Amino acid sequence: MKKLLGVAIAIAALMVLLQGVEDLPPWGDPDQPASLHVSPRYIEKGLAETGVPNMVTAVLADYRGYDTLFETAVIFTAGVAVLMLLRRVAP
Amino acid sequence: MIREQEDIIIQTVCRILIPFMQVYGLYVLAHGHGSPGGGFQGGCIFAASFILMPIAYDLNKVKRRFAEKRTILLCSLGVFIYAGIGWLCLLLGGNFLDYGTLSAILPVDPVMARYYGIAAIETGVQITVMAVMVSIFINLVTGGSHEEEMQKTHD
Repeated sequence: MKKLLGVAIAIAALMVLLQGVEDLPPWGDPDQPASLHVSPRYIEKGLAETGVPNMVTAVLADYRGYDTLFETAVIFTAGVAVLMLLRRVAP
Repeated sequence: MIREQEDIIIQTVCRILIPFMQVYGLYVLAHGHGSPGGGFQGGCIFAASFILMPIAYDLNKVKRRFAEKRTILLCSLGVFIYAGIGWLCLLLGGNFLDYGTLSAILPVDPVMARYYGIAAIETGVQITVMAVMVSIFINLVTGGSHEEEMQKTHD
């Protein structure tokens, strides 16, 4: 009985999600909102503004510098967490 | 470490391979501007060379190069370089991580200053990623004791 209820809830959630997918713009559509917001600026002015020929690096390290800073902080935190959990100093 | 006896073939291949891996890791870092690459990928390649070392030889070989204190110091040094450059930009009158203001202390124009600022933070990322990978590997493989447990036939 519990299993059936779980399956019913999963199918209901799937239906809700599929209904949401219907409203998404077509895949690769150049006129979709995601392609019209900041992407043209990155593509057209990236080299002139940052001096970096690689668009990915320009976005990663310059336009989205905060993001990368805390990505690095996350890796640092992971290292410290492993150290705290596993490190045993012999008495 | 994971074998009971040492293997001359693996050791020789690793001895040839490791320097090239390290040079390639630095290449990926240096070419992050022009081609796919950067601090995260370069750091992983660099760390892989130090992970290959205990697999082929023994852990002491890596521990001689990476004293525990130094590894933890390197972990935080990378983040410090990154955040420090951000604060330097702030002190020079720009926004946080606005590398253009670095042209005040570098003999280049603001656009090239951004280029060098990005290179510097990528270096910081590489140092952190490399040190964290090595630290996690040593901790996991020894269960946190940093001592090799398996006995070797000769050393």
